[in-house]
Amino acid sequence: MERSTEEHVEDESMEVGEEEAASESSEYVEMWIDVFLGRKGNEYFCDIDPEYITDRFNLINLQKSVSKFSQVVQYIVDDLDENVLESMSHSRLEQLESDARKFYGLIHARYIITIKGLQKMLDKYKDADFGRCPRVYCNYQPLLPVGLHDQPGIDCVKLYCPSCEDLYVPKSSRHSSIDGAFFGTSFPGMFLQAYPDMVPKHPTKRYVPKIFGFELHKQAQLARWQELQRLKLVERLDKLQIDMSKNGGYAT
Amino acid sequence: MSTEYIEAPSHSALSDEDSGTYDEWIPSFCSRFGHEYFCEVPHEFIEDDFNLTSLAQEVPHYRKALDMILDLEDISDDEEDEEEEEEDQDMLGENGSQNSSSKRKPPIVNRSIIEHAAEQLYGLIHARYILTKQGLQSMAEKFDHKEFGICPRYHCSGMQLLPCGLSDTIGKYTVRLYCPSCQDIYLPQSSRFLCLEGAFWGTSFPGVFLKHFKELEEYVERKTKETYELKVFGFRINDRAVSGQRMKWLRQYPSTDEEWADFAKCEFETPSV
Repeated sequence: MERSTEEHVEDESMEVGEEEAASESSEYVEMWIDVFLGRKGNEYFCDIDPEYITDRFNLINLQKSVSKFSQVVQYIVDDLDENVLESMSHSRLEQLESDARKFYGLIHARYIITIKGLQKMLDKYKDADFGRCPRVYCNYQPLLPVGLHDQPGIDCVKLYCPSCEDLYVPKSSRHSSIDGAFFGTSFPGMFLQAYPDMVPKHPTKRYVPKIFGFELHKQAQLARWQELQRLKLVERLDKLQIDMSKNGGYAT
Repeated sequence: MSTEYIEAPSHSALSDEDSGTYDEWIPSFCSRFGHEYFCEVPHEFIEDDFNLTSLAQEVPHYRKALDMILDLEDISDDEEDEEEEEEDQDMLGENGSQNSSSKRKPPIVNRSIIEHAAEQLYGLIHARYILTKQGLQSMAEKFDHKEFGICPRYHCSGMQLLPCGLSDTIGKYTVRLYCPSCQDIYLPQSSRFLCLEGAFWGTSFPGVFLKHFKELEEYVERKTKETYELKVFGFRINDRAVSGQRMKWLRQYPSTDEEWADFAKCEFETPSV
């Protein structure tokens, strides 16, 4: 009976996985991480090396985030003893699964600011897996995921546009419900520091509402003042001898 | 569909062979999938020739298109097939259903071409109508119901958007959405709005809307002007870095006395630094 319970859970987690390998023999089952990444809505996550997950040093201070911490780690890297799994009750298995997802997210936030993790996120960024900036003048700039807090359970993931340097809410509700802590507050900053080539030139074009070709005065005045602030910044950066014609400068 | 069909004061026989077409052209056009941004222009507005000044030059098959919009096309209904010139059949379905056959020979125009012209004409009339008091009112209702979507920018916290065009001539730009809070323009979130013609809302609409509903501007001014700054482990990135902050100005508002003095200087032009 317990056997069937286990298979039930496996099937459930498999339904969205892209591999067709229907665990017929139960000896070979798909890796937990692959199943997790294949799940709809988890497109923002990258895969973490099992070595990174099992290295206790990387898990410092995460022990208290879930109950039965080491079991969860083993479960994620598919290292948990079959017999232990079989002896678990259905609700315990469900608990384990949800703990594992949370735990994966928390390690993920740490992993993506390592060299390897940044590399994997770079590939995803180049494929625009996180979506593109909806702002018209940003010209479909790919976005980067970011959290506003490093503690889980506070706020959902947001998207940072390296072009207009602003925050956007994910388009799809299945993404906007992901915990922001699974990406962390520092990721875009680390990413752009690691790959300065990925910093786009910033657009300076503005939109000012017009009526029959005439700009609205209040909005136009604000736009002029904002342009003044930009010119002041350019002057300051010029004094620091920063080349504004390269990445991180302004598009003309 | 059936309820509207019954309610519609139809000027045709009940010959609708459930092809999904409504009786009246305008409600059917506005309720079509992807046309949620359009509001219904009343017949009285379209029937006033003054409101249509110079549109005849902008749209091909102007007369037929206009008749189609106003559901007056019973006499000049053409068959889709251009070779179809038999006059044996008398008019059966003159109500705009596709299966009515042609009676007149000379200008055989494909029905879908007229349909396309009618859509263009309606769009251009729509752009004019939404600048009128009545039109603004019906757009305001849609605005209140968030039918144009909400601003994707996090710090605008769900501000409703307004559709706008970047050009008043057809075929240049698709529709964009203006956020009164961050005063920026965005692409529609859903792909079904990405190919809508921008001229059907026109360049002046957001401006007129803001000026007509003063309370909206006041509401926006009272909103908190929060902005985001990129940080790494809580530390801001130095301006000298390539990834240093470059776009602060875009979301900046004057706050100090000095900034307000600068702001006053910007009344008519951007002063030199």
